Amino acid sequence: MSNNVHRYLPHTEEDIRKMLEVIGVKSLDDLYSEIPAELKLSHPLNLPKAKSEIEIRKVFNQLAKENKPLICFAGFGAYDHFTPSIIPYITSRSEFSTSYTPYQAEISQGTLMYVFEYQTMMTRLTGLDVSNASMYDGSTATAEAMMMCQAAAKKRNRVLASETLLPQVKEVLRTYAKFHGVDLVFVPEENGVTNRNVLTELLGNGDVAGVIMPQPNCYGIVEDLSGIADECHAQKSLLVLSGPASPLGVLKTPAEWGADIACGDAQSLGIPLSFGGPYIGYLCATSSLIRKMPGRIVGQTEDVEGHRTFVLTMQAREQHIRREKATSNICTAQGMMCLYVAAYLSLMGTEGLNKVNELSAAGAHYLHDALVETGRFADPFQKTFLNEFCLEYKGADLDALQKHCAEAGYLCGVKVSENRVVFAVTEQRSKEEIDEFVELVKNFG
Amino acid sequence: MNKVFYGKLIFECSSTGRRGYDLPENTFGKSLNDFIPATLQRQATLVLPEADEQTVARHYTNMSNNNFGVDTGFYPLGSCTMKYNPKINEEVAAHPAFTALHPAQPAETVQGALHLYDEVQRTLAEIAGMSAFTLNPYAGAHGELTGLMVIRSYHMSRGDEKRTKIIVPDSAHGTNPASAAVCGLQIVEVKSTPEGTIDVEALKPLLNDEVAGMMMTNPNTLGIFETKIPEIARLVHECGGLMYYDGANLNPMLGVCRPGDMGFDVMHINLHKTFSTPHGGGGPGSGPVGVRKGLEQFLPNPRVRKNDDGTYGVSSEPTALGSVSSFLGNYGIIIRAYAYLLSIGGDILPMVGKLSVLNANYVKEILKEYYQLPIDGLCKHEFVFDGLRPEFGGDHHDESHVTTLDVAKRILDYGFHAPTIYFPLLFHEALMIEPTETESKDTLDSFIEVLKNIAIEARDERDKVKNAPLTTPVRRNDDVKAVKDAIFVYNA
Amino acid sequence: MAKFIEGLYYSESHEFVKVDGEFAYVGITDYAQSQLGTVTYVDMPEEGDDFEAGEEFGAVESVKAASDVFSPVSCTVVEVNEALEDEPELINKDAFENWIMKVKLNDPSELEGLMDAAAYENFCK
Repeated sequence: MSNNVHRYLPHTEEDIRKMLEVIGVKSLDDLYSEIPAELKLSHPLNLPKAKSEIEIRKVFNQLAKENKPLICFAGFGAYDHFTPSIIPYITSRSEFSTSYTPYQAEISQGTLMYVFEYQTMMTRLTGLDVSNASMYDGSTATAEAMMMCQAAAKKRNRVLASETLLPQVKEVLRTYAKFHGVDLVFVPEENGVTNRNVLTELLGNGDVAGVIMPQPNCYGIVEDLSGIADECHAQKSLLVLSGPASPLGVLKTPAEWGADIACGDAQSLGIPLSFGGPYIGYLCATSSLIRKMPGRIVGQTEDVEGHRTFVLTMQAREQHIRREKATSNICTAQGMMCLYVAAYLSLMGTEGLNKVNELSAAGAHYLHDALVETGRFADPFQKTFLNEFCLEYKGADLDALQKHCAEAGYLCGVKVSENRVVFAVTEQRSKEEIDEFVELVKNFG
Repeated sequence: MNKVFYGKLIFECSSTGRRGYDLPENTFGKSLNDFIPATLQRQATLVLPEADEQTVARHYTNMSNNNFGVDTGFYPLGSCTMKYNPKINEEVAAHPAFTALHPAQPAETVQGALHLYDEVQRTLAEIAGMSAFTLNPYAGAHGELTGLMVIRSYHMSRGDEKRTKIIVPDSAHGTNPASAAVCGLQIVEVKSTPEGTIDVEALKPLLNDEVAGMMMTNPNTLGIFETKIPEIARLVHECGGLMYYDGANLNPMLGVCRPGDMGFDVMHINLHKTFSTPHGGGGPGSGPVGVRKGLEQFLPNPRVRKNDDGTYGVSSEPTALGSVSSFLGNYGIIIRAYAYLLSIGGDILPMVGKLSVLNANYVKEILKEYYQLPIDGLCKHEFVFDGLRPEFGGDHHDESHVTTLDVAKRILDYGFHAPTIYFPLLFHEALMIEPTETESKDTLDSFIEVLKNIAIEARDERDKVKNAPLTTPVRRNDDVKAVKDAIFVYNA
Repeated sequence: MAKFIEGLYYSESHEFVKVDGEFAYVGITDYAQSQLGTVTYVDMPEEGDDFEAGEEFGAVESVKAASDVFSPVSCTVVEVNEALEDEPELINKDAFENWIMKVKLNDPSELEGLMDAAAYENFCK
């Protein structure tokens, strides 16, 4: 049996013998005696043998060599913003990372407090009244917002969504709508922004539960949403704004646009790219919608000694109580990622977030102008953008250009159609890096 | 864990004019006003903390000292599989060659990442006895929803639109019916027998051509193996439905018995339970979904595949149910699970399952003298007590009897996390204990000692238990006040 | 001990109906409130809503439970008890006084299908 000793398994042979004796069975296999023999594995699994840490490091070093991180000029829902060095130190404290959902508030104040901080910060960013304790990512947060609209409207099934939302958000919306029974209708795009005439027309039917608009949109364009909230509310529809979190620091807020719900991905608040996850979806709403909100919510209360304390609250909304009446099945939040965001915003503050946006926007506009100047790109929309923009490639083969850039170590935006590409710049890109990238494009082919 | 309550919020550590960051100078010579017209700019003042780096570091360190994790102590939270989270997992997941990858990078530049993803897909398929897996779902509940979407897609692909009912046992996690409801299915509940397993006779009349499938865990939420699973699977398949396996309780089955061999068609696995990734205060988790042969085409987009030339690629299929995530799931969590799979290997894997079962039965056998064990016999990785025995203060007819909540709170005083309480709903005073295989006999013995003590206190010194916890950073909280006052954000 | 008042009609899902001419008051029983614990929120119908007998008309929440409430009779809502919006715990003080909705009965014969106090008390045992 000694070959079954492993660094994660503390049982000695003697322990096992004594424990089996207490239970009254002869062997570990006898613990499974009730299971019909035909259900048990009759052969060993076709898997490699257990590895030591030394071997595991080698495996990962090899895998790491097969990856090539690129100097990033892409966004499209995932942004290469700066992560302050102390954040991974804080989040790796195992008192945080190895805990679970804070069911026992007396020994979970750490988790409860950073979630409360996170909720506070997200409401301040969006201007709305309440935030939940986070969702999986921006796409699923937007899908939950769609289902909230349907639940709040009771008898209306139709939700409108702009074609200018990110494609991955639209795809997840489509999937959830198909199975949940939401009549999802997309409002077409015109010149890079939502076609307002069609939106008005569709709203006019009086059967819309909610309207989902991007901000900024998939091309990085900051859409002018004036009047949409009034139009929605006049038709008893909710307005949802979906977008990345970092720009909320400088752009007109969802509350200022009159939105009822704000959602999107908060990865842009200090969370590493990590090949697409883990990220964190945010979801904020006006207080009248709190009982329709999915996910956990942390609230303030007192303990019997009068300390100000924090607990999971409003649980009557949740899946484990509502069961088949639930309008969301969300159990947990992206706890660790709330801590990322809370620590990030604590360090950056208002001024820092402003500077991040300013540097990103300044770099993006510098790149935009330089790329257009090469004569290889044109701006098809010429609209207001922050740190992300769409250009049309005048050459024949966009793929070849992107491949060429990747070989040279640059991520040349995200291709969105045959000849269009969306670029993004963050505060991590220096002027020199941008110049080098532009040179590369200029000299291609 | 520090017994003194720290209690401050970051907003209360803030001082106007302090700064916790430095950024490069703006050498572009332009500012925000040059790009964004005032009408599109934020008007409301944004108030965020202003703190230097050390203040932030100390604040969160102090807060962490009021938190309890698996590294702090024994965490027998039933149904959550709170096993040890190995540190090598963290080390490899933090490698910049993974963390710096943008999800839109060309496949040629992320071969290592895709290779790893594919290895995990294949390894899980082998362990579970399934044909293929997707790792895109973000959590157990998300996996359930995705799995149910697979089932509905399968029926829709055959033009069988009327199958909109799903059978769920009354002992199921609340998430099962909730996921089914979100997926647009109607829930039909099947009763349990007094022995705690599915009542096959009660199941039979529920089966008809409107049934899309049935959701089960095995072992079930009482920790009991459903020995009639072959018959149940046969009945459901005969009526045209599919079998869904909720992988919440997969741990004791590792290397012993596979869901695929039990007759399940679709399933999810919780990487944060069975495969040792940290629970993170509630997430991020990961809920991969597996399917048997013939259902692969319904798995969500995007899919990671190994090409014929040995390279890896990402593709989207028109037959897929759609997509359920922005990119390829919680990739950083998948890396951790891979490190664990390599650490455990095929040879040690069965010991993981067996020792989890050994631990649970050991604790149960000793403590059943003190706590009400509603269903006797071998359990798997966990078991459920229905509160204290009547002679130890648990007599329901006594108005001031000691409840499961009291016991749970008293456990905190002794330096352990409490088990899951008031679930499953089959019992009024449910106390659900899952020790996991990474706990030593010494730890279990101390826990057993503590639970015995509490039973004796409940009999002899009831107030001690009723007022617990007494030694934690904060005491019992007013849950009603939290709902009534409804304070969800900080206001100075 | 829970209160059971004579002269009211009771449903198996623990609602009561107190008839007043062609109108009636509907709420949850004292037994139901004792099982729920402190009520923190009542999700109320709107004036003018129509309900079939057995149809859900709202929900009552406590800290750790949410219970849908079902109309024992087919009816039209003529008034809702707005006091419960600010003080849902009134239901705990006196569940029978603090009804949730006042309705116009569509079919008084349906009352015969409900339990009387004695039958309901027995049902709760």
